[in-house]
Amino acid sequence: MTYILKPKVRHPGLPTNALGLTARDYEGAMSTLCAGCGHDSVTAAVIQAVFELDLPPHRVAKLSGIGCSSKTPTYFLGQAHGFNAVHGRMPAIAAGASAANRDLIYLGVSGDGDSLSIGLGHLCHAIRRNVRMLYLIENNGVYGLTKGQFSASADVGTRSKRGEENRQEPIDPIHLALTLGVSFAARGFSGDKVHLVPILKAALQHDGFALVDVISPCVAFNDHVGSTKSYLHTREHAQLAVLADFIPPAAEITASVEPGGVRSVTMHDGSTIQFRQVPDGYDPTNRESVENYVRERQRAGEVAMGLLYVEPGSVEMNENLGTVDRPLCELPYEELCPGSARLEEIQLQYR
Amino acid sequence: MSSDSHSRVNNFAFKIATVNGSGSASANALIRRAIFRMGVPVSGKNLFPSNIQGLPTWYEIRVNADGHTARIPTFDLMVAMNPATYARDVDEVRSGGWVLHDSSWPLPTNLLRDDLHFLGVPLARLCNENFAGARERILMKNIAYAGVLAALLGLDAEIVQKLLGETYAKKKSLLDSNYKALGLGYDTAIDTLECPLPIRVEPMDATGDSIIMDGNSAAALGCVYAGATVAAWYPITPSTSMIDAFQAFCGKLRKEEETDRSRVAILQAEDELAAAGMVVGANWMGARAFTATSGPGISLMSEIIGLAYYAEIPAVFFDIQRAGPSTGMPTRTQQGDLMLCAYASHGDTKHILLIPSDPEECFYFAVKAFDLAERFQTPVFVLSDLDIGMNDWLVPRLRWDDSYRPDRGKVLDAEDLETIDHFQRYLDVDADGIAARTLPGVHPKGAFFTRGSGHNKHGAYTEDADEYVDVMERLRRKIDSAALHVPSAEIRTARGASIGIISAGGCHRAVLESIDSLAPRGIAVDYLRVRAFPFSHEISSFLGAHERVFVVEQNRDGQLANLLSLETGVPRDSLESLGTFGGLPLSAQDVVEGVLDALGSAAYPKLPPRRANA
Repeated sequence: MTYILKPKVRHPGLPTNALGLTARDYEGAMSTLCAGCGHDSVTAAVIQAVFELDLPPHRVAKLSGIGCSSKTPTYFLGQAHGFNAVHGRMPAIAAGASAANRDLIYLGVSGDGDSLSIGLGHLCHAIRRNVRMLYLIENNGVYGLTKGQFSASADVGTRSKRGEENRQEPIDPIHLALTLGVSFAARGFSGDKVHLVPILKAALQHDGFALVDVISPCVAFNDHVGSTKSYLHTREHAQLAVLADFIPPAAEITASVEPGGVRSVTMHDGSTIQFRQVPDGYDPTNRESVENYVRERQRAGEVAMGLLYVEPGSVEMNENLGTVDRPLCELPYEELCPGSARLEEIQLQYR
Repeated sequence: MSSDSHSRVNNFAFKIATVNGSGSASANALIRRAIFRMGVPVSGKNLFPSNIQGLPTWYEIRVNADGHTARIPTFDLMVAMNPATYARDVDEVRSGGWVLHDSSWPLPTNLLRDDLHFLGVPLARLCNENFAGARERILMKNIAYAGVLAALLGLDAEIVQKLLGETYAKKKSLLDSNYKALGLGYDTAIDTLECPLPIRVEPMDATGDSIIMDGNSAAALGCVYAGATVAAWYPITPSTSMIDAFQAFCGKLRKEEETDRSRVAILQAEDELAAAGMVVGANWMGARAFTATSGPGISLMSEIIGLAYYAEIPAVFFDIQRAGPSTGMPTRTQQGDLMLCAYASHGDTKHILLIPSDPEECFYFAVKAFDLAERFQTPVFVLSDLDIGMNDWLVPRLRWDDSYRPDRGKVLDAEDLETIDHFQRYLDVDADGIAARTLPGVHPKGAFFTRGSGHNKHGAYTEDADEYVDVMERLRRKIDSAALHVPSAEIRTARGASIGIISAGGCHRAVLESIDSLAPRGIAVDYLRVRAFPFSHEISSFLGAHERVFVVEQNRDGQLANLLSLETGVPRDSLESLGTFGGLPLSAQDVVEGVLDALGSAAYPKLPPRRANA
């Protein structure tokens, strides 16, 4: 970790967003992760994304489980409410929170241990429910806080720092999520902030569960030769397939097909995702075609990266439940209690 | 033939033995409701298998002019509709009692007891002759035996018909066949049997201000009135009907008329861990949220319960207790989760428990649970059980005070936050052990990091010994202080009493009845009913004031006695445990025999035997 505290002075030349806030206003406490940890780069990308989206910090609810990744919400959005839950249960807590207050912006951070082992069931069902949230998996293939055991995302043949070889099949969160009907799936790399920020922006504006799997190498336990989740291996095998830009609803909406193979997808709220680099025949709104592509790349020993899938007509949990537009937690009691006269009526059926 | 066939007007019990999935529930309810409408105190208990179709099921109805409605284990009349259980059913009838059976087939002679009256009606044959289709014949046989019962017990035929009319008001086609089946049974009984029997119902005026309700419906209604807006659950017997009832009530009471949208979210979770997590997430946002579960669910939820305790998030858990460790007996009752809930989760924890004794209290305690959870920012358990939750209890009509407003506890709103310098989540400003909380999204100054990991009074992460101890000591003070705010114990004293009985929950009615029947034997009893935990001071006083205290409860290990000893310091061996734990509701007889055995049968004459074969 770094021991030098960042001074709380505001540089007069720092750019501000529509709310008059600078990127510094979206920061949190000093990171206590290892120097060079991929997670800190993801934190930086999150800060930039929420800054660029002009999100009021206190209208964001950030949640996490347990593990190195789950520590990171402390390091961004210091003015947002946070919930560092118990191991693996964050998706359930997020679902309950969203049911109670559908107006907040939910940002969950998890890891491969938290999401793909102890909390796998909860992740699956949060996807099925289509809880409206950005769900980040900071994926490094190992348990960092307990010093380097393989996680469920470790590839067959990858070696631990001690030389042990993993022989169990990995769980790929993108494959899993697509199978479960996820409405937004993307994969990024902590070493590539330029492409990660637009993915996060699109995910934060998505009207449903937006899974973003970020390969985020563990410098302490999984960055050696023989690891398939190291910086070097990821840089050599990443197939940056689907580049995307997120354009908020206020901006001018571009035509659906532009010269040079650019493809635009208009989302529920009028925002647009512009796919700049798409392989031949690839349709980011066609689940089967995306599944096939991701699997093909995997067979070729590559990792498909980018904003891989989006469902423009996604219907999130509260819409599916048919609850009122106002957040349930804000309904006045007078609207909730049927009163004494009604109680008399109800009791007729018990006589 | 026994001579015990004198008139037992408005004071008897009968049992209906059928096969589950055959539609007998509506016939049984019809009879129970008809007796209630004749103004006579009545209760109904359902003994059912963990199965959907084809296994034995029983419905027990007790009629008692004095209002005693606890279970009694022997019956004056058995409606023996299930050949698979004939032997055991016939065995449960008291000497001189009656057995109603389907005489379409001969009754095996080895079942005949010469001290019983066997009443045969060819129900299957009658239904086969009058109805077409296998399913209708099976269903109508139930209404036909209800018709026979109406004649045998002297029920008001007009009331029975009116009830049928109400039940099938929206299904006219069903109404006609039900009327027909009812008439078949009734007329055949009048023509061929001696009606009414000495056990019969005569109109009274004792139920005018009462209802018959199950505890799960009452608790669900309490949640509606408390203003709960989120329910998260995982299906588990015997709690499922509470969520079913909540959903049904909300369908009528929580619709936004203009949009037909709901002012409630009911989330069926993937497991109990998630259900508890959702409840905590929703309460974190400031909604009143609850779950309903049973013992196995509490085991799974324990992880989240500890989180809610330590992070100080309100949460309401309804534990509709069932029998046994592990899966146990899902369709049998018990009070086996007392210790589990009192200290659920690892580390140092202690929780507020509310222990209702009947559906009426389920309603009021449901509301109370939300108030306490928010005031003390902690999990609150309502410990009901299968007997209270799923059986039909005679209780006073529920009342509502329209001036009630929820106790939200210490919550800082945007205005409050505007005026303060720096919000510190776990700072005990008022020295009452309760720190103010904020809700997400309300104001930037209210933001803080909720966590289940070590934190100090400012809300920041800590691994410092003193800071950790500081917060944990405050939590201890906070929960202990709840003893002053939970429902106080119910105490009934008797002149000259030397012994005391302490009990809780669903034992209450059996204990009251046992006290009534011990009194004529010269045994006066003081009685205290625990209604909540942490224990209030009057419980210690009661323990101190009685040399001999029996603790009546429905579990093997005397969990209430253990908890009393643990929390009040009274020696465990000074408390004498009584009760049953086989999964059937407690009866007064269990308590009376237990007390008499303990006091020495030489000193006190025993009750006359109630069973011919006992």
